[in-house]
Amino acid sequence: MKTQEKIEYKATSNACKLCSPLGASFVFRGIERSIPLLHGSQGCSTYIRRYLISHFNEPVDIACSNFTEETAVFGGGANLKLAVENIIKQYNPKLIGIATTCLSETIGEDVPMILKGYNKEKFDENFPEIVSVSTPSFSGTHIDGFHGAVRAVVDSIAVKKKISTKQINIFSGMLSPADLRHLKEIVSDFSTDYAMLPDYSDTLDGPLWMEYQEIPEGGTKIEKIASMGDAAASIEFGRILAEEESAGKLLTDRFQVPCYSLGLPIGVNETDAFFNALSIITGRPVPEKYIQERGRLIDSYADGHKYVFDARAVVYGEEDLVTGLASFLSEVGIIPIICASGGESGLLKQKILDIIPDAENIGIRIIEGADFVEINEEAKKIDPDFFIGNSKGYRIAREMKKPLIRVGFPIHDRLGGARIIHVGYRGAQQLFDIISNTIIATRQDTSPVGYTYM
Amino acid sequence: MTNIPILKERKKQIYHKGEGVFDLTCDTKSLAGSVSQRACVFCGSRVVLYPIADALHLIHGPIGCASYTWDIRGALSSGPELHRMSFSTDLRERDIIFGGEKKLYASLVQLIDTYRPNAAFVYCTCIIGIIGDDVDSVCKRVTEEKGIPVLPVHSEGFKGTKKDGYKAACESLSMLVGTGSVEDIGKYAINIMGEFNIAGEAWTIKEYYENMGIEVVAVFTGDGRVENIKRSHGASLNVVQCSGSILRLAQIMEEKYGIPYIRVSYFGIEDMSKALYDVAAHFKDNLGIMKKTKEIVRNEIDAIYPDLLRYKKALSGKKAAIYVGGAFKAFSMIKALRSLGIDVVLAGSQTGNKDDYAVLRDMCDEGTVILDDANPLELSKYCIEKGADLFVGGVKERPIAYKLGIAFCDHNHERKISLAGYSGMINLAKEVYSSVTSPVWKFAPAKDSFL
Repeated sequence: MKTQEKIEYKATSNACKLCSPLGASFVFRGIERSIPLLHGSQGCSTYIRRYLISHFNEPVDIACSNFTEETAVFGGGANLKLAVENIIKQYNPKLIGIATTCLSETIGEDVPMILKGYNKEKFDENFPEIVSVSTPSFSGTHIDGFHGAVRAVVDSIAVKKKISTKQINIFSGMLSPADLRHLKEIVSDFSTDYAMLPDYSDTLDGPLWMEYQEIPEGGTKIEKIASMGDAAASIEFGRILAEEESAGKLLTDRFQVPCYSLGLPIGVNETDAFFNALSIITGRPVPEKYIQERGRLIDSYADGHKYVFDARAVVYGEEDLVTGLASFLSEVGIIPIICASGGESGLLKQKILDIIPDAENIGIRIIEGADFVEINEEAKKIDPDFFIGNSKGYRIAREMKKPLIRVGFPIHDRLGGARIIHVGYRGAQQLFDIISNTIIATRQDTSPVGYTYM
Repeated sequence: MTNIPILKERKKQIYHKGEGVFDLTCDTKSLAGSVSQRACVFCGSRVVLYPIADALHLIHGPIGCASYTWDIRGALSSGPELHRMSFSTDLRERDIIFGGEKKLYASLVQLIDTYRPNAAFVYCTCIIGIIGDDVDSVCKRVTEEKGIPVLPVHSEGFKGTKKDGYKAACESLSMLVGTGSVEDIGKYAINIMGEFNIAGEAWTIKEYYENMGIEVVAVFTGDGRVENIKRSHGASLNVVQCSGSILRLAQIMEEKYGIPYIRVSYFGIEDMSKALYDVAAHFKDNLGIMKKTKEIVRNEIDAIYPDLLRYKKALSGKKAAIYVGGAFKAFSMIKALRSLGIDVVLAGSQTGNKDDYAVLRDMCDEGTVILDDANPLELSKYCIEKGADLFVGGVKERPIAYKLGIAFCDHNHERKISLAGYSGMINLAKEVYSSVTSPVWKFAPAKDSFL
């Protein structure tokens, strides 16, 4: 009883997080001929569609089981099945990814039970795979929905045929389409086969169409997901994810596929770990192309180090993104003075300390469960040099007249969110150039002299 | 033709003018799995109340609904901007089990103390009724303790369609109306209703009416203020735009205070002028108002006409698809586009009713497709089949148009450019022109000589 009384209730103001069905929708848009279906109210799918469209500038069809008052009382089984049938008729998908919502979870809907026996036997062989994931928005954030959906897909599709393959499973986390393309390029350059889940690099960032596409081409092939149990290894990004249930761990437990849990490969240190893992798994050296890319990156670190030294950054976003960015920023001499996330894994502080052991002495503030009002209050106390995170920090940055370097998701107020590369040496190069030049530009613009050389 | 399939159940909500008997099904819940462009009850309430800038808008439920509606509209304020913040009780698993009332109470008290709003709206999201929170009681208690109106909005997402959300918002607003002093309100006073001040549109409209010699008591809800809403029953006419969203409040005010209402639209020269004339005609005992109105209309049209003709010359013969929230806007858009020489080949809405669609049918040319509660596949199919050059819609329709190499004009709540009034008509023409005649479309796959 005493602990109950201690709970301090506080509203969330300008949230630094989204709800979990959004994360699941990301994943289900990144599988070949797959479509997400939200089991809940029409607004859930429409709001999430709108949010994703504003970032990607691409059509994002997400279906919904359209709860009504009767559904809420008598259960959503009939609506869910009707939705599945209508999706098949309209979209002819290979996979329907069902994510629950706060509504269906609160009334206790059990999606696997509802759909038990409702499968290929009842319909013809074109009946799609159905994967469901529990994503109540009252539990966790969008990133939990993302990882939960990845795990659910692997859980229901991956098998072990006992055929030895050289496939590497890549669980990238919630990165940009350009990141996913870059990761595929890297793994391909190790001359190895891979399965990356999800892969929305084409489905959420594609060219104009000659003819209408119900579901845009691209996405992880279902056969590739099926063969994950035979893979040589899995690589999974996210230091926080490394401590939680994940697809990679599921494959280890069920099929003894070794899993390399690494940090998001942002900056030299974390990217080196990724390349080392690829070398170990494939038995091949790091391709010369990347040695060169790494060399040019470090050369630019040397050229620009003084401009960025001791600059203070406010970093916010998903916990693993914040951790990855903190690693990159600290390796070039920038202090991630505030590391904030709407996530509440309870692990962020330790993960930042693992990367920056003297974080507390330097005065780095690590805030879990943060909202933007709190980030604003903290930022005002320290007068940072810049903000780095998604578009939602714009109001604070504008108010404080500080630059905002847009990374992650969502980017609603600029073009090209899908084309930002965060990962690999190439991603670090882009970030380093943008940050250095932003700092230089600020100095140049505020200088009475107006130097035309650096 | 395309191979895009249309669901059997959906065929009843699609009508090809000139083919068969007109009997469009509408005003019904969306079909599961159809991928409707509609949102939910909560969305309906949120859009109506959102622009009230000095009120606290607290969304009671898990975080999603608040996150997705943070600073989502281009509804401008001339003063406070509390409406651009996003507040949520951010309910968690333990709240689902033990109930969210304590958290709601604590959140309200904390936020009211911090931001000192003039009223607070508490939006109930899907699960509130299900977990059994007595939101009305909490609101009543905080009203008493804090001395400002704290109003529940019963907008559980699944309890109907977006239209039911409009009603819920109107009912909450009706609790504010009639609680302020009407002492200094004159005889020729109106409320502007269903005008949300997107990109400052309400300011434009208000200026027209004021120049006619008419007093504007309250705008529902663009650049809205609690104080004005409280005294809005002192107006002698309600001028209702965007009929679906706020009609319920106009009806309540007619029943309760005997204030008549008229329906208007501020889009396009024709409807804009009619909106001013209809109001002038209502105050027929004051001939000065009508005289002023004629002057204003003449001057405004004279000012934009040469430019308009220039745009018309460039746009004549182009074909447009229109898909909007309320059908009333579609009527105006058809007229406005026609005045630019553009033919409408597809017209649809999320929330139109039988009467609306009958009007739409009469307005449209033979061969036009009329759609209720359409989905992306249907919109794409008919855009392709009808050869649309331009799509007028909102953010969710934009990528459909662009993917198909079709020009687009944003006519939704996120637009940053004022499209209402006479100046808005020129802006609309500019918007359409800048997309339809852009050279980038020569690279669209259908026309790209490289491929």
